[in-house]
Amino acid sequence: MDGFPILSLMMAVPMAGAIACLFSGANNARWIALIATLVDFVLGIVLWMNFDQGGLQWQFQEYAPIFGRFAWALGIDGIALMLIALTVFLMPICIGASWNAINKRVGEYMAAFLFMEVLMIGVFTAQDLYLFYIMFEAGLIPMYLIIGIWGGADRIYASYKFFLYTLLGSVLMLIAMMWMVHEAGSTAIPVLMAYNFDPQIQTWLFLAFFASFAVKMPMWPVHTWLPDAHVQAPTAGSVILAGVLLKMGGYGFIRFSLPMFPEASAQLAPMVWGLSMVAVVYTSLVALVQSDMKKLIAYSSVAHMAIVTIGLFAFNQAGIEGAMMVMLGHGLVSGALFLCVGVIYDRLHTREIARYGGLSINMPKYAVLFLLFTMASVGLPGTSNFVGEFLSLMGIYQVSTWAALICTTGIILGAAYMLYLYRRICYGDQVNADAAAMPDLTGREIWLLAPITAAVLWMGVYPESFLAPMRSDIRALEARLAPAAPAGDSNIKMGAPKPTGEAHHEEASAHGEAH
Amino acid sequence: MIETASLLAVVPELILTVGGLALMLVAAFGGDGSARLVNWLSVIVLAIAGVSLSCSLAHGPDAFDGLYRADAFSAFAKALIYGAAAAAILLAPRFFSVGGNPRPEYPVLILFAAIGMGMMVSAGDMLTLYVGLEMNSLASYVLASFMRQDERSSEAGLKYFVLGSLASGILLYGISLLYGFTGSTAFDGIAVALGDGVSKGELFGLVFVLAGLAFKISAVPFHMWTPDVYEGAPTPVTTFFASAPKVAAIGLTVRVAIEALGPAGLDWQQIVIFVALASILFGAVAAIGQTNIKRLMAYSSINNVGFALIGLAAGTPAGAAATMSYMAIYVIMTIGGFACILQLRDADGKPVEEIAKLAGLSQSRKGLAAALAIFMFSMAGIPPLFGFWAKFLVFDAAVASGLTALAAFGIAMSVIGAFYYLKIIKTMYFDEPVATYEAKGGPVENIILTACAVVIVLGYLLNPTLDQASAAAAASLF
Repeated sequence: MDGFPILSLMMAVPMAGAIACLFSGANNARWIALIATLVDFVLGIVLWMNFDQGGLQWQFQEYAPIFGRFAWALGIDGIALMLIALTVFLMPICIGASWNAINKRVGEYMAAFLFMEVLMIGVFTAQDLYLFYIMFEAGLIPMYLIIGIWGGADRIYASYKFFLYTLLGSVLMLIAMMWMVHEAGSTAIPVLMAYNFDPQIQTWLFLAFFASFAVKMPMWPVHTWLPDAHVQAPTAGSVILAGVLLKMGGYGFIRFSLPMFPEASAQLAPMVWGLSMVAVVYTSLVALVQSDMKKLIAYSSVAHMAIVTIGLFAFNQAGIEGAMMVMLGHGLVSGALFLCVGVIYDRLHTREIARYGGLSINMPKYAVLFLLFTMASVGLPGTSNFVGEFLSLMGIYQVSTWAALICTTGIILGAAYMLYLYRRICYGDQVNADAAAMPDLTGREIWLLAPITAAVLWMGVYPESFLAPMRSDIRALEARLAPAAPAGDSNIKMGAPKPTGEAHHEEASAHGEAH
Repeated sequence: MIETASLLAVVPELILTVGGLALMLVAAFGGDGSARLVNWLSVIVLAIAGVSLSCSLAHGPDAFDGLYRADAFSAFAKALIYGAAAAAILLAPRFFSVGGNPRPEYPVLILFAAIGMGMMVSAGDMLTLYVGLEMNSLASYVLASFMRQDERSSEAGLKYFVLGSLASGILLYGISLLYGFTGSTAFDGIAVALGDGVSKGELFGLVFVLAGLAFKISAVPFHMWTPDVYEGAPTPVTTFFASAPKVAAIGLTVRVAIEALGPAGLDWQQIVIFVALASILFGAVAAIGQTNIKRLMAYSSINNVGFALIGLAAGTPAGAAATMSYMAIYVIMTIGGFACILQLRDADGKPVEEIAKLAGLSQSRKGLAAALAIFMFSMAGIPPLFGFWAKFLVFDAAVASGLTALAAFGIAMSVIGAFYYLKIIKTMYFDEPVATYEAKGGPVENIILTACAVVIVLGYLLNPTLDQASAAAAASLF
């Protein structure tokens, strides 16, 4: 693969597809989009196959200084590779999910999705600070159009809120980026990752970046755009929003905030923990009382993303690996859950939970798959989310036992709201005649959900496939953070034959809560 | 005795003058029938003048003992001005042909305005400045009221004239104060006199000069004429006002601030910062409630001037370069945007100006709506469109010179501005169609529109060229 610009090619394919879709009829546009995303998926597999695990940190690098002050600089490490894999895996599924659901202005719709894919890959591959920002911000345009044109009844409010909220979050980051580039004299992300900024200034820079990533993530209390956007977006829009766009926030923390501002990260970690703890408990409780399926899953996303931030700000390998695994797992599971909602929404055109009931009688296949994804969302061992959540909580436990204690309740609350949702939809009496008459999954719908099922189980049973490419990068990040990492309060005594009574007691109690 | 070198340095103005006078005779004898011919000939004259800029550069920078400057800065600004003026001429015929015959005076007046604008950006002396400014203004007053039968147009012309004269008076008063206290009208002379400290009288002069210039660039708090004039003037004239004279006035302001008032930098910097932030904020907030798209564009231009001035506020060569780059990108967006607006005609060919009537445009005129959406997203400063780069440059210059707080505040307010641009896109894309539109636009309009859209989308590839040109322009001021 020496010198072959595969990353540029992965962006060029959907870009060409997007332009072609703009000028074609509805049916052609669907096929063009499907083929373009599948080609990208194949390219993604080729990329993964050729990725040298544990080799150089940055691979597949490309560099072309064609933009004057910044360059077309691409390159990936294991972390980016995993997120790109997630993106190219979900995109064909999104196109498939919109096959029949979208029947007006199909060409523009498919073009917006393909353009979105270009930008998502761009965000994860950019090695130039400004190129990253451009890709990161440009995603607002297609998403604004997707929500606004093909969304639900209240789509206009949701699209404005999405756009302006995330824009306001990001612009301050741009100012911080300019300052950093003037200070360090380079726009290259790898250079900036190794540059030691003055710890005093780091705090400001961290906050500016935090404003952007926390909104994107989203963290409590700036999460309010997410439920609105999710509820109004079309199914595929929700899938891509929950599956990939939210991961940009986490990716931002892992690529920028932590390695570039280690001192500030450590200093402000308690704030992040606090916000995450609130998010886990509060949004889980909010999810419990939702009557709208999509809103429920949207709130559950906020809670899961809080587990990501808690893992990232544990400053150790377990926590960061866990955060990455939650991101990947959540990308698959929440995407699948939105698809499950889409399946029954397409039949009954309502997201009201109370309008369904007893679907396991007339839709047994659906009920099985929906149950699997519900369990995965809860974090049942053997599914993808278990691995990530366990590692994240293990990581944070080493640093803050209180944060671990409170965030672990999120697992219990997660089980509560997800099982409650499942009970209301699939079990019980068939009170609504129209819901009882719905046909089971079609072949197309099974084919959309089957790959995700396989990936979820794979990730749960053999997570090593996904952890291995990231390990050396996360180790490097841990080493970068080590001098600044806050001291833990869990007093873990590794290898001591008999722990002291107090530590033993504390550990035991945390174990109790974990289950 | 006039030197040949000086004459060669002003060759673009000479070409425009001779061309304008000759074409006026053609118009006088040819009548309305010659409109088409005069139009094309004026564009050619502008093109020749543009080409002759290289000759003028070669014989610069000083001409007529410093009264006139033919440097990289003026060449950069004039290239923009001539281009924008040519676009304003090319876009006009279809608009004027709806309400009667296009008249040949229109391109001639624009040529005369272009001479004035060229002198503005080339001025090396307060008097050259004033003559250029008035030459541009007189042509502009007439252009604003060009549709004699239209009440709104006449009103726009009158308003522009009255307020414009007031501003000229303020400017002249400032110039006279500066002359009185520094003993010179030449920019160099003023700079030398200001170098040994700024006296009260000089400060007053500086404030009045800047107030007069703020009126010309329609910066808050001297912006009140803009919405009325933009709305009332015929749309091609509005296109012209929003593009070429804007560049000229901003270029003039940059030159005066740096060449003449440079030593008093700390004094004018506060004024420029205030004016910039006030323009950004007011332009954004006041635009939200607008229902007429031309009026909205007026507030948008106020808003944009605010951003451009952030570069000047930095007071560095990079800042001046950023301001000029901003104007270059702004002119492309503006002309493209107005080319779209000019195509908004209902089934009878009457121009449509209400924003509400844009509803569902993306379904009836796909390409037009897409182009307008590109310009709107670009003006809102959303990457990957080129408008983002314009904002990037000015904020980067501000950050580089230590004005980080100003940059942060300004960029946060740009989010408010994004709202009203989004509103237009929302109306075109999310709402159901209400009005029917003329099926397709004229070829010239379409070419200009497409060219602008392509530049806005792929503009980043021009970055190295733009950086180089604007840096050279700015370097000639310091």
